[in-house]
Amino acid sequence: MELVLSVSIGVLVASGVWLTLRPRTFQVIIGLCLLSYGVNLFIFAMGRLVEGAAPIMPKGGFVDPDVYADPVPQALVLTAIVISFATTALFLVVIMASRGLTGTDHVDGSERNP
Amino acid sequence: MLAETLILLLVVLPFLGAIAATTMPVSARNGEVVLGGGVMLAGLVALAALFDQVSDGRVVSRTIEWVPSIGLDLTLRVDGFAWLMLLLVFGIGFLVVIYARYYLSPADPVPRFYGFLLAFAGAMVAMLISGNILVMVVFWELTSVFSFLLIGYWHQSAGARDGARTALIVTGTGGMALLAAMILLGQVVGSYRLDDVLAAGDIVRAHEWYPWILGLFLLGAFTKSAQVPFHFWLPNAMAAPTPVSAYLHSATMVKAGVYLLVRFSPVLGGTPAWFWIVAGTGMATLILGALIALYRNDLKGLLAYSTISHLGLITALAGIGSGGAIVAAIFHILNHAVFKASLFMAAGIIDHETGTRDMRRLSGLRHSMPRTSALAIVAAAAMGGVPLLNGFLSKEMFFAEAADWHNGTWLDTALPYLATLASIFSIAYSLRFIVQVFFGPPATDLPKEPHEPAAWMRRPVELLVLLVLLVGFWPAAMIGAVLQSGVLAVLGVDAPYYSLALWHGFNTPLKMSLTALALGTVLYLIAAPRLQRANEAPAFLERLSAQALFDRLMLLLTRKWSLRLYRRFGTRHLQVQMRLVVLLVAAGAAATLIDATRMWPRGLFQNFDITFALMWLAGCGCAIGAAVQAKYHRFAALALLGGAGLVTAATFAWFSAPDLAVTQLMVEVVTTVLLLLGLRWLPKRSQEIAGDRSYQARARRAQDLVIASVCGVGVASLAFAVMTVAPGLTIGDWFRRNAYAEGGGTNAVNVILVDFRAFDTLGEITVLGIVALTCYALLRRFRPAPESVALPSQQTFVELPPLSAAEAECEAEAKASKEPTRHDVMMAIPSVIMQWMFPVAIAMSAYLFLRGHDLPGGGFAAGVAFAIALLLQYLATNVRWIESRITILPVRWIGAGLLFAVGTGAGSLLFGYPFLTAHAQYVTIPLIGQVPAATALLFDLGVFAVVVGATVLIQIAIAHQSLRSARLRARDEAEALSQEER
Repeated sequence: MELVLSVSIGVLVASGVWLTLRPRTFQVIIGLCLLSYGVNLFIFAMGRLVEGAAPIMPKGGFVDPDVYADPVPQALVLTAIVISFATTALFLVVIMASRGLTGTDHVDGSERNP
Repeated sequence: MLAETLILLLVVLPFLGAIAATTMPVSARNGEVVLGGGVMLAGLVALAALFDQVSDGRVVSRTIEWVPSIGLDLTLRVDGFAWLMLLLVFGIGFLVVIYARYYLSPADPVPRFYGFLLAFAGAMVAMLISGNILVMVVFWELTSVFSFLLIGYWHQSAGARDGARTALIVTGTGGMALLAAMILLGQVVGSYRLDDVLAAGDIVRAHEWYPWILGLFLLGAFTKSAQVPFHFWLPNAMAAPTPVSAYLHSATMVKAGVYLLVRFSPVLGGTPAWFWIVAGTGMATLILGALIALYRNDLKGLLAYSTISHLGLITALAGIGSGGAIVAAIFHILNHAVFKASLFMAAGIIDHETGTRDMRRLSGLRHSMPRTSALAIVAAAAMGGVPLLNGFLSKEMFFAEAADWHNGTWLDTALPYLATLASIFSIAYSLRFIVQVFFGPPATDLPKEPHEPAAWMRRPVELLVLLVLLVGFWPAAMIGAVLQSGVLAVLGVDAPYYSLALWHGFNTPLKMSLTALALGTVLYLIAAPRLQRANEAPAFLERLSAQALFDRLMLLLTRKWSLRLYRRFGTRHLQVQMRLVVLLVAAGAAATLIDATRMWPRGLFQNFDITFALMWLAGCGCAIGAAVQAKYHRFAALALLGGAGLVTAATFAWFSAPDLAVTQLMVEVVTTVLLLLGLRWLPKRSQEIAGDRSYQARARRAQDLVIASVCGVGVASLAFAVMTVAPGLTIGDWFRRNAYAEGGGTNAVNVILVDFRAFDTLGEITVLGIVALTCYALLRRFRPAPESVALPSQQTFVELPPLSAAEAECEAEAKASKEPTRHDVMMAIPSVIMQWMFPVAIAMSAYLFLRGHDLPGGGFAAGVAFAIALLLQYLATNVRWIESRITILPVRWIGAGLLFAVGTGAGSLLFGYPFLTAHAQYVTIPLIGQVPAATALLFDLGVFAVVVGATVLIQIAIAHQSLRSARLRARDEAEALSQEER
């Protein structure tokens, strides 16, 4: 499990980084989305992988923390998901405006001189 | 208690006055005077009430606890010396406020002037009465800032802008040095309280940092008080309106430097280094300032250099540092402020009434403005140090110290001669001022016909000159008590005996004065004819100009060096910058990992699951596919991105994070819709981009592939390394144990979000709201690229059968009534399904929300679900149809949500708990059963509303661009049609 997930995180991050280095705005926005998946999974994995132990606590009584998944990385990732949506939206609007103003979708705002 | 209130009033009143002043109408000159004068007068009254409490060396102080947990307090403290400086701030300030009323023309915007002036007074007061040396530096810098703003008051003039900038750079840099000095000083003493620092002189002088502290401290004091070689900003600052010159640049702000020298002389003074640097700089400034003043043709230029020279005198006294010298320094701070302020005001009157300040053109003004002439002549005589005027007394004290005090160095031996030399120059320039401006035949070619100014413009000058005379005649009666309290505050028990009598016998100082008077007159008589034609500085100084050095340095710093750096390291290409960022991050991560290699994992195939592996095989395929296709097949890339997102959501569900899975799934939907909407506005990619297969492009891609692979491998191994090590104790344990006991909910993730870390969540939803509003604002001015305006091919390529006449009529009718048209009919079946789904989706959203505290769900997921429900309706029918039926005001949702969240948090304040304390309980609702009714749920409601508002606002803002472009299209068609008709 751990091996599969970490390789997958690596693939997501590599694809994301490669795309963020590309010249077209749409490539960059897709790259940022992939990167955010990778990073979110990475943060999530910091709480270790546990199956069938959602952090839903019993009402009262003694609580053994080890029986449940760590809620802290989950809370972090939950907000990260929403915020990465917001950044994606903002970036999309910026590239729309940039395309309208400059007439190109190159990240520099002008085509590379041949 | 009354005294402590008064102190607070002293510092608060000017700032409040400044705010009030800026709110007045542009032409409210009289209103501003009443306000400004009122503030200054109130300050004077408060000072008068305070005098008894500080007069015999006592200190009035008031401490306001600010951050008591780390010992950070605001201490205000007034002693005799600060009191005396405050007297100058409020006293001269009062006169300047009145004077400026007549000086400024009706065209000048007065609220800005008085606003800055009062704010400056406030900063100055705060600097003087701060009991903490760091706070003192902050306000010290603030005085520089307001000086900058006031010098640049007439910002339409290039001279004013340059002068303001030079002043700010020089004094601001000095302020930075002073801050460093104060931090070192505080570290050495172990306290930043002024009282502690003043009592720790022996520790400071013996410390190994002493040379650093002294150097940085003096840099701060010398730049502020315009000492050589930092003096050049002061003449440039004369571009300011004359009331500002009189107030800031002669009476108060430039005195801050010498104030600091005198104040800290018991701490830092008394060493050879102090004597050599401070007395040496002071004497150099005294002589050079007086010499250059003699050459100046501009009235204000002469006064500026004279000010520099007098500040040098005070600095030299502080450098000598004996008891008598400190007395003389304090006395001269007062005397100089009085006669120089009056001279500046007189120069302003002359400028105002004749239209010029050039002494070569002015002549014989005693005929046309006899009263102003008389006043200016008396003040100028005080500036030269003529007996029976106030300037004479403190100058005599200086001579006495120069002649009688000894420490055996050559500088000490030379002091009396240097002092006499400087005095000769100052007699000469004072004479030049008096003779050239007021005597001789009346000038004929002045820009204006000179006459006496308005009476109230002269009143401040009259009052100041009266003080010059009164202090000159009866020094002990007029000023003795004030001076004594100032001296006691600085020197304490070491205060010497001194006499303020006029006549001390025919002693050395008097002989020096008489020599200077005689030789100065001779010098003037010889030099006067040549000065008319000479340059404005002696020849040997022109080559050695600090101003030129400064200009050169500024040019290098702000243009040449920065350009060179930019050419070497700068780029306008985002790709290059991104590559650098990625490489830096990777290198940083790698550097920290070198140490972590021993954490290498134990088992590679712990609980391997084939389903999970296959799932991620697909996920990785999607990710790589998206990366490959994002350039030419954007739609495919988007679909593949969604695939990767789904696998991510499934992984969350797999590993016990149902909340994340739900939220990720919801967000996945809105992100996809969002990007789909955006695709419409990006250029078509039907043919290959030129140069995409060139050698360089391939090389770039290969290089980036290597970088990306390295990053991927690095993150993967890091993740693997961490995952295979058992976690130690984490804060997660606490949250797990206390989620129900303290937060009243069983879903630990939700309890963290809306209760334990609710403040973070509040910040986050605020960010979300801001992002949504930013998107909305950016799109309001959105202009699509011309080729994107046309109807997209997806909407045009379906060939519809031609309409019969009756059908066309129906269609037109439908259009007119905004009913669904033929295009909508294409979506008929999906739209019915989506409309029927609406209540279901809303119920789903409500369900997610209500169970959130105990079971997976919560405000975020519910909010996105609600937004999706609304978006489906937009997809189902056309925008106009849906908006005529459902009114959604997303901006209000955002606002209401934020208010709700903050309100819930503030509610706990009412019950005496800290902000955002939650209260938990359950209520039973018929049919639904037990529902958690923690106040955290109300907070979650705010989160929900903000998420709904933000998501919907962004999507709708983008979707509406299609409507707008349809309007654009219609307009273009109409224009084309009308042109054809023509």
